[in-house]
Amino acid sequence: MSVATLPDLATYALRLGDDSLVLSQRLGGWITNAPELEEDVALANIALDLLGQARTLLSYAGEVEGAGRDEDDLAYLRDERDFRNVALAELPNSNFAVTMARQLCFSTWQLALHQRLTSSADETLAGVAGKAVKEVSYHRDHATQWVLRLGDGTDESHRRMQSGLERVWPYVAELFTTDELEQRLASDGVAVDVSALRPEWDAHVDSVLQEATLTRPEGGPMLPAGGRRGIHTESFGFLLAEMQHLHRSHPGATW
Amino acid sequence: MVTELERARSAAAAVLDPELPVLTIADLGVLRDVVVEGRRVTVTVTPTYSGCPALEVIERDVARAVRDAGFADVVVRRVLAPAWSTDWLSEEGRRKLLEYGIAPPLPTGQVSVTLSVRCPQCGSPDTSQLSRFGSTACKSLWRCNSCREPFDHVKAI
Repeated sequence: MSVATLPDLATYALRLGDDSLVLSQRLGGWITNAPELEEDVALANIALDLLGQARTLLSYAGEVEGAGRDEDDLAYLRDERDFRNVALAELPNSNFAVTMARQLCFSTWQLALHQRLTSSADETLAGVAGKAVKEVSYHRDHATQWVLRLGDGTDESHRRMQSGLERVWPYVAELFTTDELEQRLASDGVAVDVSALRPEWDAHVDSVLQEATLTRPEGGPMLPAGGRRGIHTESFGFLLAEMQHLHRSHPGATW
Repeated sequence: MVTELERARSAAAAVLDPELPVLTIADLGVLRDVVVEGRRVTVTVTPTYSGCPALEVIERDVARAVRDAGFADVVVRRVLAPAWSTDWLSEEGRRKLLEYGIAPPLPTGQVSVTLSVRCPQCGSPDTSQLSRFGSTACKSLWRCNSCREPFDHVKAI
């Protein structure tokens, strides 16, 4: 079954699950490559939390769909156009400052979203959110500490942190772009209208940037939101190739 | 006389956490409920963290332990809500952690918790956090400034 014909609730679970899955895969790329051992461990832990959220959400999407697809089918056997994550989650790691800018923007948004989703009328979404809120608070704090340290550090770290922010900034608008499907579910008390999250996001991010002596990127182009419709950036296919290769080449393989 | 429920419950409760093997899942608060209906035993567990890989091992171990206690029909259910909290760790569990060399979690909701994590080796309150993420999802990495030993701390969530 194509993703385009899924029930609303399955699509919504897939969106949130894909955000977590794809970012988890990206963060995994830092393991053995982070600037210090503690960061290998930290980023692996954050990736693991995200993967846990993704597993529950993808399993749930499959259950709601009712066509017998499980979390592995959805993670490994869908093609690029059937993924529903925001583009920010798939942006390449690049250097550490870019990754931290991406983490700050994403986890600030994810925390605000899940705080509201804890009161969702849907029991599974509320359950996922209840756990995510505790975990993502640590993720946001981790990114905040690094952005402060790099922004208000040396001239070089400041320059790189500012440039990292500018790299990810065009993808921020998509986080707050709602659509009809989300609106329908929000009016039933199931989903969260993301356009309402912006003031809270701005408040946290602005205060971090100010303390970190960084400048909020303004006036640059904001890219149109395509992730929720399956339109992704150039690097995404390569991410999927790496993530899905083993499962597709050796169907049913187990450790 | 020991009831069927007590027997099933104590078999499930005695299962050890694979990553903190001094703690039982009852100490940890991961075991939420045990119900016996007819011949079927239903055990409910909850993950500590969303991605904690220990839960799959725990589910397998629980099913085996309850079967070994004489119940052929065992179902292990997983629930997410209410979300696990370190406040559910038993006093006994906290004591065992400390003896094992892991600083137990402080009560959640406490402001400036980072100021009062004591070294599990020498008891000094003069400690510093090296990383808020540690060897498993539930721990952070610390160092004692008195005895210089590094140690794990189960972070309050």
